[in-house]
Formats: sequence, C-alpha cells, structure tokens
Amino acid sequence: MDDLPYAHALGATPVAGDPTLLTLPFANAVVGRPGFLHGGAIGGFLEVASIVALRHALGIESDARIKPINLTVDFMRGGRDKPTFARGVVTRLGTRVANVDATAWQDDPARPIAAARMNYLIVRA
Amino acid sequence: MAHPESVFDPVAFMALMQAGHGGLLGVEHRAHGADWAELALPYREALIGDPERGVLASGPILALMDTATSLAVHLKHGVERPHATLDLRIDYVRPATPGKTVIGRGECYRITRAIAFVRGIAHEGDTADPIANVAGTFMFTDL
Repeated sequence: MDDLPYAHALGATPVAGDPTLLTLPFANAVVGRPGFLHGGAIGGFLEVASIVALRHALGIESDARIKPINLTVDFMRGGRDKPTFARGVVTRLGTRVANVDATAWQDDPARPIAAARMNYLIVRA
Repeated sequence: MAHPESVFDPVAFMALMQAGHGGLLGVEHRAHGADWAELALPYREALIGDPERGVLASGPILALMDTATSLAVHLKHGVERPHATLDLRIDYVRPATPGKTVIGRGECYRITRAIAFVRGIAHEGDTADPIANVAGTFMFTDL
C-alpha cells in the first residue's frame, strides 16, 4: 500500500496482523459537511480496500496490473467523527476479471456505513 | 420544482468545502446552470493510483462526481437542501491522462419528494471522449 499515493493522501493505513483490513482516521482531509465523512472519501477508501484485497488474492502474481472497470457504492449511514474501518473480499478471481466486495464500518462491522461492489480487469504480465 | 430565483451559490459552497475533502482533492468550481454543475479536478501527484504510469486513482474521480452531482441537486432544488448519497454507480471508461485536469459535470434530471436522481460525466475537455460515466441517487435528509 506504500506505493499508492492516493491511499496515503486519504490517511488510510493497514491494520497490523490482518492483511485485508484498513483503517482511516477522521481528519480534515476526508470531511464533507462538518462532523461527517465526505461520501467521495468513503468511496475512495472502499476502492483502496478493494485493491488491497485483490493484490493479496493475486499473491505472487503481484506484477499483474489491476484496472478498475466499474464501481457501485451504497451509502447506509453517515460517517461520524471516529475511526473508520474497511475490508475488501474478492468474491471471484478469474483470469481476466475479478469481482470484489468492500464494506466500511465504524463501531460494528454488522452496521456498515457503506458498501461497494467493484469489477476489475486483470492484465497479467 | 426549480426556483426561478435560485439562492444557492455553488461558488461559495465549494469555497467552504476547501477546509475538508475538497481541499485534499483541490476541486474547483468551473460553471453551473439551473440543474447542472461543472467542477475541475486539477492533476495532483498526491492523488495517483498507478505510480508507474502516473494515472490518477479512481477514488478522486468518484469524489469529484459525487460533489458535482450533489451541487446539481442543490441547483435544481433552487435553495440549499441537505441530502445524502444513497448510491453512486461509476463506469471507468478509460484512464485519466497523466498531467491533465479532469472535468466533472453533474446533472440532476429528476427530483421527487424524497429522492433526487443524477447522472454525470468525467472528461478532459471533450465530452465525446469521457473518462467516466456516473448514475446515482441522493436522499433528502430533512424529511
């Protein structure tokens, strides 16, 4: 994730000991209306979590290029002034396309603030 | 539904956003009309998602389009009215060109009692050669 300038700009960091779990502190860089996360920042965080999960699933094929095809994000709750977590889950890894689900939450993983479905094109070296 | 004398000021609204996520992205107001808004996302190295090629990450484009379509909702409504993104779907038609400013145009084509329907396009100056297409909905939060 160190090679993703955008992830760094958002403030997203990996959670030690869990390769597909990320955290995002509440900071000015991700605020929309006062006291709430910006929807675009939540969506961007979900995209970063998806890419991290997909890279993890690709493993030794880490030189494969990942190109986003599309994304659908549902916003369920407002993101408040507290840390946010996100995890991507690769639901299918094919030879050319990968499907990834990602969820973001704050207090309780069972009460997500947003969820996304992403499709990626995989260009293998 | 549109108010003849719109009191919503997208320029002032965008200026306020610079304190938060809008500042990280560097999103600027470009133009607007009765039911649409156009914003600019200048190229920034901090927003790169593919360092090898210098291509912007997809997240900033999503945030740009979320903001442009949200402005379009305020504009069509005429006065500022709180709303939250319900869903946003984005097709990344092609990668953004490294070094180029991305223009995000959002349009609100329908407002009901509770929901605003939006669509938009991200491009680099030629709408016939888009970077991304979006469709989404916002829910009014003052009901």
